[in-house]
Amino acid sequence: MTNHWIDIKNADVILIMGANPAENHPVAFRWIQRAKDNGAKILCVDPRFTRSAAKADIYAPLRSGTDIAFLGGMIRHILENRLYHQEYVAKYTNASYLVGPDFQMPGDLAGLFSGYDKKKGKYDKKTWAYQKGPDEVIRKDETLKDPRSVFQLMRKHYSRYTPDLVSSITGTPKETLLKVYEVYGSTGKPDRSGTELYAMGWTQHTVGTQNIRAMSIIQLLLGNVGVAGGGINALRGESNVQGSTDHGLLFHILPGYLAVPSADLPTLEKYVEKYTPKTKEAQSANWWGNRNKYITSYLKAIYGAKATKENDFGYAWLPKNDPGVNSSWLMIFDNMFRGKYKGFFAWGQNPACSGSNAGKVRKALEQLEWMVTVNLFDNETASFWKGPGVDPSKVNTEVFFLPAAASFEKEGSVTNSGRWAQWRTAAVKPLGQSRPDSEIMNDLFFRLKALYAKEGGAYPDPLVNLTWNYGYRQLDGTVRSVDIHAVAKEINGYFVDNVEEKPKPGEPPPKEKKFVGKKGELAGSFALLQADGTTTSGNWLYCQSYNEKGNLMARRGKKDPTGLGLFSDWSWAWPVNRRILYNRASVDLSGKPYLVKKAVIYWNANAVLPDGKLGKWEGDVPDGGWPPMGNEKDGKKPFIMRADGVASVFGPGLADGPFPEHYEPLECPIQENLMSKQLTNPASKKFADGGLPEDVYASCDTRFPYVATTYRVTEHWQTGVLSRNVPWLLELQPRLFVEMGLELAKEKRIRNGDMVEVASARGKVDAVAIVTPRFRPFKVAGGTVHQVGLPWCFGWFTPGVGESANLLTPTAGDANTMIPETKAFMVNVKARG
Amino acid sequence: MAQVRMGFLVDTSRCIGCRACQVACKAWNHLDADKTVEKGSYENPADLTPNLYNRIRFLESADAGGNVKWLFMNERCVHCGDAGCMKVCPAPGALHRTKEGIVVFDKEKCISCKYCVSACPFNIPRYGADDKVTKCHLCFDRVGAGRIPACAYACPTQTLQFGGRDALIAKAKGAGKKLYGENALEGLGVVYALEEKPEVYGLPENPSIPTSIFLWKDVVRPLGILGFWGSVAAVVVHYVTFGSRQLEEDEKGKGGDAHG
Repeated sequence: MTNHWIDIKNADVILIMGANPAENHPVAFRWIQRAKDNGAKILCVDPRFTRSAAKADIYAPLRSGTDIAFLGGMIRHILENRLYHQEYVAKYTNASYLVGPDFQMPGDLAGLFSGYDKKKGKYDKKTWAYQKGPDEVIRKDETLKDPRSVFQLMRKHYSRYTPDLVSSITGTPKETLLKVYEVYGSTGKPDRSGTELYAMGWTQHTVGTQNIRAMSIIQLLLGNVGVAGGGINALRGESNVQGSTDHGLLFHILPGYLAVPSADLPTLEKYVEKYTPKTKEAQSANWWGNRNKYITSYLKAIYGAKATKENDFGYAWLPKNDPGVNSSWLMIFDNMFRGKYKGFFAWGQNPACSGSNAGKVRKALEQLEWMVTVNLFDNETASFWKGPGVDPSKVNTEVFFLPAAASFEKEGSVTNSGRWAQWRTAAVKPLGQSRPDSEIMNDLFFRLKALYAKEGGAYPDPLVNLTWNYGYRQLDGTVRSVDIHAVAKEINGYFVDNVEEKPKPGEPPPKEKKFVGKKGELAGSFALLQADGTTTSGNWLYCQSYNEKGNLMARRGKKDPTGLGLFSDWSWAWPVNRRILYNRASVDLSGKPYLVKKAVIYWNANAVLPDGKLGKWEGDVPDGGWPPMGNEKDGKKPFIMRADGVASVFGPGLADGPFPEHYEPLECPIQENLMSKQLTNPASKKFADGGLPEDVYASCDTRFPYVATTYRVTEHWQTGVLSRNVPWLLELQPRLFVEMGLELAKEKRIRNGDMVEVASARGKVDAVAIVTPRFRPFKVAGGTVHQVGLPWCFGWFTPGVGESANLLTPTAGDANTMIPETKAFMVNVKARG
Repeated sequence: MAQVRMGFLVDTSRCIGCRACQVACKAWNHLDADKTVEKGSYENPADLTPNLYNRIRFLESADAGGNVKWLFMNERCVHCGDAGCMKVCPAPGALHRTKEGIVVFDKEKCISCKYCVSACPFNIPRYGADDKVTKCHLCFDRVGAGRIPACAYACPTQTLQFGGRDALIAKAKGAGKKLYGENALEGLGVVYALEEKPEVYGLPENPSIPTSIFLWKDVVRPLGILGFWGSVAAVVVHYVTFGSRQLEEDEKGKGGDAHG
């Protein structure tokens, strides 16, 4: 989330699209209700009428996988009707940038952007670059009139997204479409704000990243980023998935969103060179210019005294990807299926149900020599060897099950969607032999270390050189039990040496030595981290969370001086307790808030600072303390994490195009993309080329004529490993169902409550039919398209509840992130005899 | 000064059907799960049970244009000011009213006659395997200790608002809500703010205690509890005279009203 949960109450319009908060974030719905109490309008766009839709002022149905068409139409509407925030767009985004003369767009290139290499299935992005002057500064036209400006190119690109065409693609009735556009477009007025709530309904597509980018463009056009009641807000599906992502859960990032190095970057210098952006743009803070401080402090945190300047701070020990090799979830199981892995830790996960194309995942597990599962309950993954259709005598995988403690049984921090790291204490002791994950990992570390010492082995350095100062050591050198506070402090970081304050350029050195920090002190903020090995930080983004003032995550202050619900003394939010990201974009060039009644920050020009200087920011922690942008000498542009200081309407860094373009899902119900000749995302990875019978797809195939999507229900959590073990929850949702409209049910002679078979090209499941007017046939390309939907919270391990809906979903990934496309695929349904 | 009558204002427009109320009730009252069957609806269990004191009804409808409404309504004992169940109950204390105005049951004192079932205009009381009455008691134990009922505590959207009845009603009226149960049966302890007509939610438009109950209350009950034991004596005589088989048939045929 750019903003946070409570901030939703400040919105004038709330667009729920790609999410279903009433069902999946019911506690958060209180803030949506609060906004409604204040007069906000709720818009809900979803293939089915959900419990969120039931609370919306306007519900707009759309066919799964057509969000970019819907949003592209909204961009067109905003531009054509001049609903955008002119100053914001001109000053705070790259809309004024001029793009090179060779750049071409899908309207002129049969659905492709310039630079597509058909053989590689990839773009050469050379032509997507900006025009630059001899001084390397990007050429701009702040009047936004130049035909090569991003603004005019965008207008041209989305001029194709007319309401009639969009309606024909999405199946959304035209008048509903226009109603949504009109109400959401009203937030372009500087004194109004609109927020967008999304979740897996947007990410889990072959165009997932571009779905979110399309909305980001809308939010930037309307000036809705950085303001209260605005932003792009990803509703996280697990209590701590934000924390996991911050701390390096994903294959391509180390903690703090530092890139995982690849083998073609053999030295720290090369790594820093590649990942430290440079800019010639005036007034840009270019915060990622500090990358070297963060990676060095990270290396110092994990390798401690072993990390020295001479050995590149242990950079060589970091695991590296081979250049160009993708190690995402889908690839892990594809490689596992092909027998490329010996062992696997299924830690706190149940891929046999959660993995897209779960049938393939289950077969992949059979190829392993060993698997360790760490979980609260036995589940479909841990017991895959005795699953349906599996002959245990033919499975050679040795499976270990380690019982883990539940979140209520251990102390630590949990970071919510709004980036608040909240410290929790253990409510009860772990049951039986179950233990906190940290204790299991502690044991694992020392046992591996001992094995290396005893038996040797290939390249033990990355493991044996790790610091592990998480508690008192026993006589054999091991840590008996992990002090989770020590872990939190390591994440925050320390000064490992005295660091002296350096005089500013042009100023004389101070008479007395002043210290930024002294050896052994916890670092107070990431601004103090150093690139010379004198500081550590396990995750620079969390630097400040646990400092010499104490554990800020444990704070429970209830003061709310702005009335906006920032609650700055409650827990701690990354970065540096900023509650609303990009908040420097909520004010004009002089620092005056666009939304006076909902001012996140404002520039108090009369405030006198201790050093006698005038002016400071009031309100939330600003994105840097520099004066407003109007101060040409010291002021900075608002989007400090971008090298050029402004937000990207045009995104030349993406794999599949600088503007979002509508493509059909990999499995779709129509022969032709109505928008262009290019049917599916040209840059997404095609597993069909891999030759596995498990990776089959059925587009426009009469055997699988209906669009399907998967979702969660309020009553179960994830694959249901926790909730299926709570009889009270099973009472509420006892088994797998499939929802479908009255028309389709009539056509297929299915009655409400009948048992039906749902089949895709990859698998089939039995489900109870819920025949409901909440699903409606779509008018698409002049024909009728039916859609069905089913939850993925069930699995064979719990008797009588039915199987995982992921037996149906395909192995298909987003072009940028490789997140699986589980939200739009094709199936058939038929009544069971 | 009289104790303020406590109750619920159920604002259905705020309900998102998450059913935290159903689960919280089970947790606080230590109620077992019911084994349910998916029959083509999110509404599960399909009815109140001895283990389910409140539940959310999912009511969906569509107009000719396909515009859908999905309403959610919390179904439970509404703690009538003039409670048919209490009126008819022959066992002193089995159903009684707390000082806060909550109608509670006492299984120890229940004699399993089930009169309360027929006397309830809302079809609320249920009898479990122990053949004793159960229904929502508004967590009178929590309320007595100054806390709010478990369901309201769990409700994320303030659909279930607990407090002084008069104040809740005044607030809802001030917000222009259409109320159900403000005056019926001397005022319900659970007042609804509805978005549609009561019938849409399966609520009687003008709830009243079945007339047969007045016979009990006004004619038989004034005779005192002796009257009940008189009936019991008659049954015993019946049993002695005709034997058990016929008694069972007799009971079945006439149902609970046989003694009324």
